[in-house]
Amino acid sequence: MIEMKGVNKTYRVRRREAGLGNAVKSLFSRAYTEIPALRDMTFTIPDGQIVGYIGPNGAGKSTTVKLLSGILRPDSGTCLVDGLVPWEDRKRHVARLGVVFGQRSQLWWDVPVIDSFELLRDIYRVPEERYRENLHRLTELLDLADLLKTPARMLSLGQRMRCEIASALLHSPRLLFLDEPTIGLDAVSKLKVREFILEQNRQCGTTVILTTHDMQDVDALCSRVLLIGKGRLLLDGSTAEIRAMAGENLSTEESVADLYRRFGI
Amino acid sequence: MKKYLTFFRIRLLAGLQYRAAALAGLSTQFVWGTMEVLIYRALWREHPERFPMGPEALAAYIWLQQAFLSLFALWNWERELIDSVKTGAVAYELTRPMDLYGMWLVRALAARLSRGLLRAAPVMVLGALIPAPWGLRLRVAPAGFGLFLVSTCLMLLVVCAYSLLVCALTFHLTDPNGVMVVSVAAADLLGGAIVPLPFLPEGLRKFAELTPFGAMQNVPLRLFGGDLTGAAAYRAVGLQVFWAAVLIAVGYALLRAGLRRVSVAGG
Repeated sequence: MIEMKGVNKTYRVRRREAGLGNAVKSLFSRAYTEIPALRDMTFTIPDGQIVGYIGPNGAGKSTTVKLLSGILRPDSGTCLVDGLVPWEDRKRHVARLGVVFGQRSQLWWDVPVIDSFELLRDIYRVPEERYRENLHRLTELLDLADLLKTPARMLSLGQRMRCEIASALLHSPRLLFLDEPTIGLDAVSKLKVREFILEQNRQCGTTVILTTHDMQDVDALCSRVLLIGKGRLLLDGSTAEIRAMAGENLSTEESVADLYRRFGI
Repeated sequence: MKKYLTFFRIRLLAGLQYRAAALAGLSTQFVWGTMEVLIYRALWREHPERFPMGPEALAAYIWLQQAFLSLFALWNWERELIDSVKTGAVAYELTRPMDLYGMWLVRALAARLSRGLLRAAPVMVLGALIPAPWGLRLRVAPAGFGLFLVSTCLMLLVVCAYSLLVCALTFHLTDPNGVMVVSVAAADLLGGAIVPLPFLPEGLRKFAELTPFGAMQNVPLRLFGGDLTGAAAYRAVGLQVFWAAVLIAVGYALLRAGLRRVSVAGG
Protein backbone atom coordinates (compact mmCIF):
# COMPACT_ATOMS: atom_id res chain seq x y z
CA MET A 1 0.00 0.00 0.00
CA ILE A 2 1.45 3.32 -1.10
CA GLU A 3 0.03 6.56 0.18
CA MET A 4 1.38 9.87 -1.04
CA LYS A 5 -0.14 13.04 0.34
CA GLY A 6 0.54 16.62 -0.69
CA VAL A 7 4.13 16.01 -1.74
CA ASN A 8 6.09 18.98 -3.11
CA LYS A 9 9.61 18.88 -4.49
CA THR A 10 11.46 21.77 -6.08
CA TYR A 11 14.85 21.72 -7.78
CA ARG A 12 17.10 24.74 -7.92
CA VAL A 13 18.68 24.98 -11.34
CA ARG A 14 21.48 27.36 -12.23
CA ARG A 15 20.92 29.34 -15.37
CA ARG A 16 22.85 31.78 -17.47
CA GLU A 17 22.78 33.21 -20.95
CA ALA A 18 25.26 31.92 -23.51
CA GLY A 19 28.66 33.51 -23.99
CA LEU A 20 31.88 34.38 -22.21
CA GLY A 21 30.60 37.63 -20.68
CA ASN A 22 27.73 35.85 -19.01
CA ALA A 23 29.97 33.01 -17.92
CA VAL A 24 32.21 35.50 -16.12
CA LYS A 25 29.21 37.30 -14.65
CA SER A 26 27.87 34.05 -13.28
CA LEU A 27 31.09 33.64 -11.30
CA PHE A 28 30.02 36.55 -9.12
CA SER A 29 26.30 36.36 -9.06
CA ARG A 30 24.44 33.24 -9.87
CA ALA A 31 20.90 33.18 -11.08
CA TYR A 32 18.83 30.25 -9.94
CA THR A 33 15.47 29.21 -11.21
CA GLU A 34 13.18 27.14 -9.06
CA ILE A 35 11.78 24.22 -11.00
CA PRO A 36 8.80 22.63 -9.29
CA ALA A 37 9.20 18.93 -10.02
CA LEU A 38 6.18 17.82 -8.00
CA ARG A 39 3.27 19.91 -6.80
CA ASP A 40 0.80 18.66 -4.24
CA MET A 41 1.14 15.08 -5.46
CA THR A 42 -1.46 12.86 -3.83
CA PHE A 43 -2.41 9.29 -4.67
CA THR A 44 -2.93 5.87 -3.12
CA ILE A 45 -1.96 2.55 -4.67
CA PRO A 46 -3.33 -0.65 -3.08
CA ASP A 47 -1.36 -3.90 -3.00
CA GLY A 48 -1.15 -5.98 -6.13
CA GLN A 49 -1.93 -3.30 -8.68
CA ILE A 50 0.05 -2.61 -11.84
CA VAL A 51 0.03 1.13 -12.26
CA GLY A 52 1.25 3.01 -15.30
CA TYR A 53 2.81 6.32 -14.39
CA ILE A 54 2.91 8.38 -17.52
CA GLY A 55 3.58 11.93 -18.59
CA PRO A 56 5.80 13.85 -20.98
CA ASN A 57 9.56 14.26 -20.43
CA GLY A 58 10.30 16.32 -17.35
CA ALA A 59 6.85 15.78 -15.86
CA GLY A 60 8.20 14.46 -12.56
CA LYS A 61 7.95 10.73 -13.11
CA SER A 62 11.51 9.87 -12.12
CA THR A 63 11.32 12.26 -9.18
CA THR A 64 8.31 10.37 -7.87
CA VAL A 65 10.06 7.02 -8.27
CA LYS A 66 13.16 8.35 -6.51
CA LEU A 67 11.04 9.72 -3.64
CA LEU A 68 9.30 6.38 -3.31
CA SER A 69 12.69 4.62 -3.36
CA GLY A 70 13.97 6.77 -0.50
CA ILE A 71 16.73 8.34 -2.60
CA LEU A 72 15.27 11.83 -2.56
CA ARG A 73 13.44 13.64 0.20
CA PRO A 74 10.57 16.02 -0.61
CA ASP A 75 10.30 19.64 0.50
CA SER A 76 6.94 18.96 2.10
CA GLY A 77 4.19 16.37 2.21
CA THR A 78 4.04 12.82 3.52
CA CYS A 79 4.45 9.41 2.03
CA LEU A 80 3.98 5.98 3.52
CA VAL A 81 4.89 2.74 1.80
CA ASP A 82 3.68 -0.25 3.78
CA GLY A 83 3.85 1.89 6.89
CA LEU A 84 7.38 3.24 6.35
CA VAL A 85 8.52 6.69 5.26
CA PRO A 86 10.96 5.79 2.47
CA TRP A 87 13.58 8.49 3.07
CA GLU A 88 13.46 8.23 6.86
CA ASP A 89 13.70 4.46 7.04
CA ARG A 90 15.62 3.91 3.82
CA LYS A 91 17.36 0.65 4.65
CA ARG A 92 14.30 -1.18 5.96
CA HIS A 93 12.15 0.19 3.18
CA VAL A 94 14.42 -0.78 0.27
CA ALA A 95 14.79 -4.32 1.56
CA ARG A 96 11.20 -4.89 0.37
CA LEU A 97 11.67 -3.04 -2.87
CA GLY A 98 12.95 -3.97 -6.32
CA VAL A 99 13.99 -1.27 -8.76
CA VAL A 100 14.93 -1.23 -12.42
CA PHE A 101 16.14 2.04 -13.90
CA GLY A 102 16.00 1.29 -17.61
CA GLN A 103 18.77 3.72 -18.44
CA ARG A 104 21.28 2.48 -15.89
CA SER A 105 22.69 -0.90 -14.98
CA GLN A 106 22.86 -2.66 -11.65
CA LEU A 107 24.94 -5.54 -12.98
CA TRP A 108 28.69 -5.58 -12.47
CA TRP A 109 30.08 -4.75 -15.84
CA ASP A 110 33.11 -7.03 -16.02
CA VAL A 111 31.96 -10.13 -14.14
CA PRO A 112 29.47 -12.86 -15.09
CA VAL A 113 25.83 -12.06 -14.32
CA ILE A 114 25.58 -14.88 -11.80
CA ASP A 115 28.24 -13.17 -9.64
CA SER A 116 26.11 -10.03 -9.54
CA PHE A 117 23.13 -12.16 -8.55
CA GLU A 118 25.03 -13.77 -5.71
CA LEU A 119 26.14 -10.38 -4.48
CA LEU A 120 22.50 -9.27 -4.41
CA ARG A 121 21.56 -12.47 -2.58
CA ASP A 122 23.99 -11.56 0.20
CA ILE A 123 23.12 -7.86 0.22
CA TYR A 124 19.43 -8.67 0.73
CA ARG A 125 20.19 -11.69 2.92
CA VAL A 126 18.00 -13.98 0.85
CA PRO A 127 17.91 -17.46 2.38
CA GLU A 128 19.69 -19.97 0.13
CA GLU A 129 16.58 -22.01 -0.57
CA ARG A 130 14.47 -19.04 -1.54
CA TYR A 131 17.31 -17.71 -3.68
CA ARG A 132 17.48 -21.00 -5.57
CA GLU A 133 13.73 -21.07 -6.11
CA ASN A 134 13.67 -17.48 -7.34
CA LEU A 135 16.70 -17.96 -9.55
CA HIS A 136 15.18 -21.05 -11.06
CA ARG A 137 11.83 -19.38 -11.71
CA LEU A 138 13.39 -16.23 -13.15
CA THR A 139 15.77 -18.22 -15.33
CA GLU A 140 12.84 -20.16 -16.77
CA LEU A 141 10.53 -17.22 -17.31
CA LEU A 142 13.10 -14.76 -18.61
CA ASP A 143 15.10 -17.35 -20.52
CA LEU A 144 18.38 -16.58 -18.79
CA ALA A 145 20.05 -20.01 -18.77
CA ASP A 146 22.62 -19.10 -21.42
CA LEU A 147 23.26 -15.62 -20.08
CA LEU A 148 24.15 -16.23 -16.45
CA LYS A 149 27.80 -17.10 -17.02
CA THR A 150 28.40 -14.24 -19.44
CA PRO A 151 29.94 -10.96 -18.26
CA ALA A 152 27.34 -8.18 -18.35
CA ARG A 153 29.35 -6.15 -20.84
CA MET A 154 28.98 -8.91 -23.46
CA LEU A 155 25.17 -8.96 -23.35
CA SER A 156 22.91 -7.28 -25.88
CA LEU A 157 20.55 -4.62 -24.54
CA GLY A 158 17.56 -6.97 -24.55
CA GLN A 159 19.50 -9.73 -22.82
CA ARG A 160 20.86 -7.30 -20.27
CA MET A 161 17.42 -5.86 -19.52
CA ARG A 162 16.09 -9.33 -18.79
CA CYS A 163 18.96 -9.84 -16.38
CA GLU A 164 18.33 -6.43 -14.82
CA ILE A 165 14.71 -7.31 -14.19
CA ALA A 166 15.68 -10.67 -12.71
CA SER A 167 18.18 -9.00 -10.40
CA ALA A 168 15.45 -6.70 -9.06
CA LEU A 169 13.32 -9.70 -8.10
CA LEU A 170 15.80 -12.11 -6.49
CA HIS A 171 14.78 -11.00 -3.00
CA SER A 172 11.02 -11.39 -3.65
CA PRO A 173 10.18 -7.70 -3.18
CA ARG A 174 6.54 -6.80 -2.50
CA LEU A 175 6.93 -3.72 -4.61
CA LEU A 176 8.60 -3.28 -7.98
CA PHE A 177 9.49 0.04 -9.63
CA LEU A 178 10.19 -0.16 -13.32
CA ASP A 179 11.54 3.04 -14.84
CA GLU A 180 11.30 2.64 -18.63
CA PRO A 181 12.07 -1.09 -18.63
CA THR A 182 11.39 -1.55 -22.34
CA ILE A 183 13.46 1.39 -23.58
CA GLY A 184 15.44 0.42 -26.65
CA LEU A 185 14.20 -3.17 -26.75
CA ASP A 186 13.23 -5.03 -29.92
CA ALA A 187 9.73 -6.43 -30.38
CA VAL A 188 10.53 -9.93 -29.12
CA SER A 189 12.29 -8.74 -26.00
CA LYS A 190 9.51 -6.24 -25.28
CA LEU A 191 6.85 -8.92 -25.47
CA LYS A 192 8.88 -11.20 -23.26
CA VAL A 193 9.40 -8.51 -20.63
CA ARG A 194 5.70 -7.59 -20.65
CA GLU A 195 4.59 -11.18 -20.37
CA PHE A 196 6.93 -11.65 -17.47
CA ILE A 197 5.73 -8.59 -15.56
CA LEU A 198 2.12 -9.81 -15.80
CA GLU A 199 3.16 -13.28 -14.69
CA GLN A 200 5.10 -11.91 -11.73
CA ASN A 201 2.12 -9.80 -10.68
CA ARG A 202 -0.30 -12.73 -10.98
CA GLN A 203 1.88 -15.31 -9.25
CA CYS A 204 3.36 -13.24 -6.45
CA GLY A 205 0.95 -10.35 -6.11
CA THR A 206 3.80 -7.89 -6.60
CA THR A 207 2.70 -4.28 -6.80
CA VAL A 208 4.24 -2.71 -9.89
CA ILE A 209 4.75 0.93 -10.71
CA LEU A 210 5.77 1.38 -14.29
CA THR A 211 6.96 4.62 -15.85
CA THR A 212 7.17 4.54 -19.60
CA HIS A 213 6.63 6.45 -22.80
CA ASP A 214 5.52 3.30 -24.58
CA MET A 215 1.72 3.27 -24.58
CA GLN A 216 1.70 -0.34 -25.73
CA ASP A 217 3.37 -1.19 -22.41
CA VAL A 218 0.52 0.60 -20.69
CA ASP A 219 -2.14 -1.11 -22.78
CA ALA A 220 -0.65 -4.52 -22.18
CA LEU A 221 0.05 -4.20 -18.48
CA CYS A 222 -1.67 -1.51 -16.55
CA SER A 223 -5.09 -1.72 -14.97
CA ARG A 224 -4.70 1.85 -13.85
CA VAL A 225 -2.95 4.92 -15.21
CA LEU A 226 -1.72 8.01 -13.42
CA LEU A 227 -1.12 10.84 -15.87
CA ILE A 228 1.08 13.65 -14.65
CA GLY A 229 2.32 16.87 -16.21
CA LYS A 230 4.41 19.73 -14.86
CA GLY A 231 4.50 18.01 -11.50
CA ARG A 232 0.75 17.69 -11.05
CA LEU A 233 -1.52 14.68 -11.13
CA LEU A 234 -3.88 15.33 -14.03
CA LEU A 235 -5.73 12.10 -14.41
CA ASP A 236 -6.24 8.86 -12.50
CA GLY A 237 -8.13 6.11 -14.26
CA SER A 238 -8.05 3.08 -16.52
CA THR A 239 -6.74 3.12 -20.09
CA ALA A 240 -10.35 2.79 -21.27
CA GLU A 241 -11.24 5.96 -19.38
CA ILE A 242 -8.32 7.79 -20.95
CA ARG A 243 -9.43 6.76 -24.42
CA ALA A 244 -13.00 7.76 -23.59
CA MET A 245 -11.85 11.21 -22.51
CA ALA A 246 -10.05 11.80 -25.78
CA GLY A 247 -13.17 10.73 -27.65
CA GLU A 248 -13.40 9.26 -31.16
CA ASN A 249 -11.64 6.04 -31.95
CA LEU A 250 -8.10 6.92 -30.96
CA SER A 251 -5.47 4.49 -29.76
CA THR A 252 -4.13 4.96 -26.25
CA GLU A 253 -1.04 6.58 -27.76
CA GLU A 254 -3.08 9.16 -29.67
CA SER A 255 -5.41 9.73 -26.73
CA VAL A 256 -2.49 10.46 -24.45
CA ALA A 257 -0.94 12.83 -26.98
CA ASP A 258 -4.32 14.53 -27.25
CA LEU A 259 -4.54 14.87 -23.47
CA TYR A 260 -1.00 16.30 -23.29
CA ARG A 261 -2.10 18.96 -25.77
CA ARG A 262 -5.33 19.62 -23.96
CA PHE A 263 -3.66 20.02 -20.57
CA GLY A 264 -1.00 22.20 -22.20
CA ILE A 265 1.89 20.07 -20.95
CA MET B 1 28.71 -8.50 7.82
CA LYS B 2 28.41 -11.20 5.19
CA LYS B 3 27.19 -8.76 2.57
CA TYR B 4 30.27 -6.61 3.03
CA LEU B 5 32.45 -9.70 2.62
CA THR B 6 30.67 -10.68 -0.60
CA PHE B 7 31.08 -7.14 -1.84
CA PHE B 8 34.76 -7.34 -1.02
CA ARG B 9 35.01 -10.65 -2.83
CA ILE B 10 33.28 -9.58 -6.04
CA ARG B 11 35.36 -6.40 -6.25
CA LEU B 12 38.53 -8.38 -5.62
CA LEU B 13 37.64 -10.92 -8.31
CA ALA B 14 36.65 -8.18 -10.74
CA GLY B 15 40.03 -6.53 -10.19
CA LEU B 16 42.10 -9.68 -10.48
CA GLN B 17 41.14 -10.30 -14.09
CA TYR B 18 43.10 -7.40 -15.58
CA ARG B 19 46.22 -9.39 -16.38
CA ALA B 20 47.66 -7.10 -19.04
CA ALA B 21 47.41 -4.10 -16.72
CA ALA B 22 49.17 -6.07 -13.99
CA LEU B 23 51.96 -7.12 -16.31
CA ALA B 24 52.45 -3.59 -17.61
CA GLY B 25 52.47 -2.22 -14.07
CA LEU B 26 54.91 -4.89 -13.01
CA SER B 27 57.52 -4.02 -15.64
CA THR B 28 57.09 -0.29 -15.09
CA GLN B 29 57.61 -0.68 -11.38
CA PHE B 30 60.70 -2.82 -11.77
CA VAL B 31 62.31 -0.40 -14.23
CA TRP B 32 61.36 2.57 -12.07
CA GLY B 33 62.80 0.93 -8.96
CA THR B 34 66.06 0.12 -10.75
CA MET B 35 66.32 3.70 -11.96
CA GLU B 36 65.79 5.11 -8.50
CA VAL B 37 68.36 2.75 -7.03
CA LEU B 38 70.91 3.85 -9.64
CA ILE B 39 70.32 7.53 -8.89
CA TYR B 40 70.62 7.09 -5.12
CA ARG B 41 73.69 4.89 -5.61
CA ALA B 42 75.40 7.63 -7.61
CA LEU B 43 74.58 10.20 -4.93
CA TRP B 44 75.71 7.84 -2.18
CA ARG B 45 79.12 7.40 -3.80
CA GLU B 46 79.66 11.16 -3.83
CA HIS B 47 78.32 12.10 -0.40
CA PRO B 48 77.55 9.12 1.84
CA GLU B 49 77.87 11.35 4.93
CA ARG B 50 74.88 13.46 3.88
CA PHE B 51 72.44 10.54 3.64
CA PRO B 52 69.83 10.52 6.42
CA MET B 53 69.31 6.78 5.99
CA GLY B 54 71.64 3.93 5.01
CA PRO B 55 71.57 2.27 1.58
CA GLU B 56 69.93 -0.90 2.94
CA ALA B 57 67.02 1.01 4.48
CA LEU B 58 66.72 3.12 1.36
CA ALA B 59 66.72 0.05 -0.93
CA ALA B 60 64.02 -1.57 1.21
CA TYR B 61 62.00 1.65 0.98
CA ILE B 62 62.32 1.86 -2.81
CA TRP B 63 61.58 -1.77 -3.61
CA LEU B 64 58.67 -2.07 -1.24
CA GLN B 65 57.31 1.21 -2.55
CA GLN B 66 57.36 -0.16 -6.08
CA ALA B 67 55.92 -3.52 -5.02
CA PHE B 68 52.98 -1.99 -3.16
CA LEU B 69 52.51 1.07 -5.34
CA SER B 70 48.91 0.27 -6.31
CA LEU B 71 47.99 -0.22 -2.67
CA PHE B 72 48.70 3.33 -1.67
CA ALA B 73 49.08 5.47 -4.81
CA LEU B 74 46.59 8.26 -4.21
CA TRP B 75 46.30 8.95 -7.94
CA ASN B 76 44.58 5.57 -8.29
CA TRP B 77 41.30 7.25 -7.37
CA GLU B 78 38.10 5.30 -6.95
CA ARG B 79 36.97 6.35 -10.43
CA GLU B 80 33.96 4.02 -10.46
CA LEU B 81 32.58 5.65 -7.36
CA ILE B 82 33.24 9.22 -8.45
CA ASP B 83 31.65 8.52 -11.83
CA SER B 84 28.65 6.90 -10.19
CA VAL B 85 28.01 10.15 -8.31
CA LYS B 86 28.59 12.33 -11.37
CA THR B 87 26.32 10.32 -13.65
CA GLY B 88 23.71 9.51 -11.03
CA ALA B 89 24.29 5.75 -11.20
CA VAL B 90 24.71 5.95 -7.43
CA ALA B 91 20.88 5.89 -7.34
CA TYR B 92 21.05 2.11 -7.61
CA GLU B 93 23.43 1.85 -4.65
CA LEU B 94 20.92 3.83 -2.63
CA THR B 95 18.19 1.29 -3.31
CA ARG B 96 20.23 -1.33 -1.44
CA PRO B 97 19.63 -2.04 2.24
CA MET B 98 23.23 -1.11 3.06
CA ASP B 99 25.13 1.82 4.38
CA LEU B 100 26.62 3.63 1.38
CA TYR B 101 29.86 4.61 3.10
CA GLY B 102 30.47 1.06 4.31
CA MET B 103 29.81 -0.28 0.83
CA TRP B 104 32.20 2.27 -0.66
CA LEU B 105 34.93 1.55 1.87
CA VAL B 106 34.78 -2.18 1.18
CA ARG B 107 34.90 -1.57 -2.56
CA ALA B 108 37.84 0.80 -2.28
CA LEU B 109 39.81 -1.60 -0.08
CA ALA B 110 39.14 -4.53 -2.41
CA ALA B 111 39.99 -2.53 -5.53
CA ARG B 112 43.37 -1.54 -4.11
CA LEU B 113 44.14 -4.99 -2.79
CA SER B 114 43.31 -6.66 -6.10
CA ARG B 115 45.56 -4.26 -7.98
CA GLY B 116 48.30 -4.51 -5.40
CA LEU B 117 48.33 -8.26 -4.83
CA LEU B 118 48.97 -9.20 -8.45
CA ARG B 119 52.04 -7.00 -8.61
CA ALA B 120 53.58 -7.12 -5.18
CA ALA B 121 55.22 -10.55 -5.11
CA PRO B 122 57.01 -10.43 -8.50
CA VAL B 123 58.47 -6.97 -7.82
CA MET B 124 59.67 -8.10 -4.39
CA VAL B 125 61.33 -11.17 -5.89
CA LEU B 126 63.04 -9.08 -8.57
CA GLY B 127 64.08 -6.54 -5.95
CA ALA B 128 65.55 -9.30 -3.81
CA LEU B 129 67.74 -10.43 -6.71
CA ILE B 130 69.58 -7.08 -6.80
CA PRO B 131 72.93 -7.42 -4.98
CA ALA B 132 73.48 -5.88 -1.54
CA PRO B 133 73.28 -3.19 -0.36
CA TRP B 134 70.80 -2.03 -3.00
CA GLY B 135 68.55 -5.08 -3.10
CA LEU B 136 65.46 -5.83 -1.02
CA ARG B 137 66.29 -7.60 2.23
CA LEU B 138 64.13 -8.28 5.25
CA ARG B 139 65.62 -6.02 7.86
CA VAL B 140 63.06 -5.75 10.65
CA ALA B 141 63.14 -7.89 13.78
CA PRO B 142 60.16 -10.28 14.21
CA ALA B 143 58.60 -7.92 16.76
CA GLY B 144 58.96 -5.01 14.38
CA PHE B 145 57.43 -7.06 11.58
CA GLY B 146 54.13 -7.25 13.46
CA LEU B 147 54.07 -3.47 13.74
CA PHE B 148 54.91 -3.24 10.03
CA LEU B 149 51.87 -5.37 9.14
CA VAL B 150 49.58 -3.34 11.39
CA SER B 151 50.93 -0.16 9.86
CA THR B 152 50.38 -1.47 6.33
CA CYS B 153 46.71 -2.14 7.10
CA LEU B 154 46.36 1.30 8.63
CA MET B 155 48.01 2.88 5.60
CA LEU B 156 45.48 1.19 3.35
CA LEU B 157 42.67 2.47 5.53
CA VAL B 158 44.02 6.04 5.54
CA VAL B 159 44.46 6.05 1.75
CA CYS B 160 40.97 4.65 1.12
CA ALA B 161 39.37 7.01 3.62
CA TYR B 162 41.08 9.99 1.98
CA SER B 163 39.96 8.78 -1.42
CA LEU B 164 36.37 8.37 -0.22
CA LEU B 165 36.45 11.86 1.21
CA VAL B 166 36.99 13.08 -2.33
CA CYS B 167 34.20 10.80 -3.59
CA ALA B 168 31.86 12.27 -0.99
CA LEU B 169 32.92 15.78 -2.03
CA THR B 170 31.65 14.97 -5.51
CA PHE B 171 28.13 15.33 -4.08
CA HIS B 172 28.96 18.93 -3.21
CA LEU B 173 31.08 19.98 -6.19
CA THR B 174 30.36 19.82 -9.89
CA ASP B 175 33.70 18.15 -10.48
CA PRO B 176 36.24 17.03 -7.88
CA ASN B 177 39.20 17.19 -10.29
CA GLY B 178 40.77 20.24 -8.68
CA VAL B 179 40.77 18.64 -5.25
CA MET B 180 42.22 15.50 -6.76
CA VAL B 181 45.12 17.25 -8.50
CA VAL B 182 46.06 19.22 -5.39
CA SER B 183 45.79 16.10 -3.22
CA VAL B 184 48.06 14.09 -5.50
CA ALA B 185 50.68 16.85 -5.57
CA ALA B 186 50.57 17.17 -1.79
CA ALA B 187 50.73 13.42 -1.31
CA ASP B 188 53.69 13.12 -3.67
CA LEU B 189 55.73 15.59 -1.67
CA LEU B 190 54.43 15.21 1.89
CA GLY B 191 53.79 11.48 1.69
CA GLY B 192 57.30 10.50 0.67
CA ALA B 193 56.44 9.38 -2.86
CA ILE B 194 59.09 11.46 -4.62
CA VAL B 195 61.80 11.19 -1.98
CA PRO B 196 61.56 9.51 1.42
CA LEU B 197 60.62 12.03 4.11
CA PRO B 198 64.01 11.86 5.93
CA PHE B 199 65.56 13.56 2.88
CA LEU B 200 63.37 16.64 3.37
CA PRO B 201 64.59 19.66 5.38
CA GLU B 202 63.97 19.16 9.11
CA GLY B 203 61.04 21.59 9.45
CA LEU B 204 59.21 20.35 6.38
CA ARG B 205 59.76 16.74 7.40
CA LYS B 206 58.26 17.31 10.84
CA PHE B 207 55.28 19.01 9.27
CA ALA B 208 54.83 16.31 6.63
CA GLU B 209 54.86 13.57 9.23
CA LEU B 210 51.90 15.19 10.98
CA THR B 211 49.71 15.45 7.86
CA PRO B 212 47.42 12.65 6.67
CA PHE B 213 49.81 12.13 3.75
CA GLY B 214 52.62 11.35 6.18
CA ALA B 215 50.39 8.59 7.59
CA MET B 216 50.32 6.76 4.27
CA GLN B 217 53.28 4.93 2.67
CA ASN B 218 55.85 6.77 4.76
CA VAL B 219 55.22 4.73 7.90
CA PRO B 220 55.20 1.08 6.75
CA LEU B 221 58.03 1.58 4.25
CA ARG B 222 60.31 3.08 6.89
CA LEU B 223 59.30 0.47 9.46
CA PHE B 224 60.28 -2.27 7.04
CA GLY B 225 63.65 -0.70 6.28
CA GLY B 226 64.38 -0.38 9.98
CA ASP B 227 64.65 3.39 9.66
CA LEU B 228 61.74 4.04 12.01
CA THR B 229 62.13 2.33 15.39
CA GLY B 230 61.29 2.63 19.07
CA ALA B 231 59.07 5.42 20.36
CA ALA B 232 59.07 7.21 17.00
CA ALA B 233 57.63 4.10 15.36
CA TYR B 234 54.76 3.86 17.86
CA ARG B 235 54.09 7.55 17.55
CA ALA B 236 53.87 7.27 13.75
CA VAL B 237 51.47 4.30 13.98
CA GLY B 238 49.41 6.23 16.53
CA LEU B 239 49.11 9.09 14.06
CA GLN B 240 47.93 6.62 11.44
CA VAL B 241 45.14 5.50 13.74
CA PHE B 242 44.25 9.14 14.38
CA TRP B 243 44.09 10.05 10.68
CA ALA B 244 42.18 6.90 9.72
CA ALA B 245 39.55 7.76 12.35
CA VAL B 246 39.35 11.44 11.40
CA LEU B 247 39.19 10.84 7.65
CA ILE B 248 36.52 8.16 8.00
CA ALA B 249 34.45 10.38 10.30
CA VAL B 250 34.69 13.43 8.02
CA GLY B 251 34.03 11.39 4.87
CA TYR B 252 31.02 9.77 6.50
CA ALA B 253 29.62 13.13 7.58
CA LEU B 254 30.21 14.69 4.15
CA LEU B 255 28.44 11.78 2.48
CA ARG B 256 25.47 12.04 4.82
CA ALA B 257 25.20 15.76 4.20
CA GLY B 258 25.51 15.13 0.48
CA LEU B 259 22.73 12.56 0.50
CA ARG B 260 20.40 14.91 2.34
CA ARG B 261 20.53 17.42 -0.46
CA VAL B 262 21.06 15.01 -3.28
CA SER B 263 19.43 15.51 -6.59
CA VAL B 264 20.14 12.61 -8.84
CA ALA B 265 21.12 13.81 -12.26
CA GLY B 266 19.62 12.70 -15.54
CA GLY B 267 16.48 10.64 -16.03
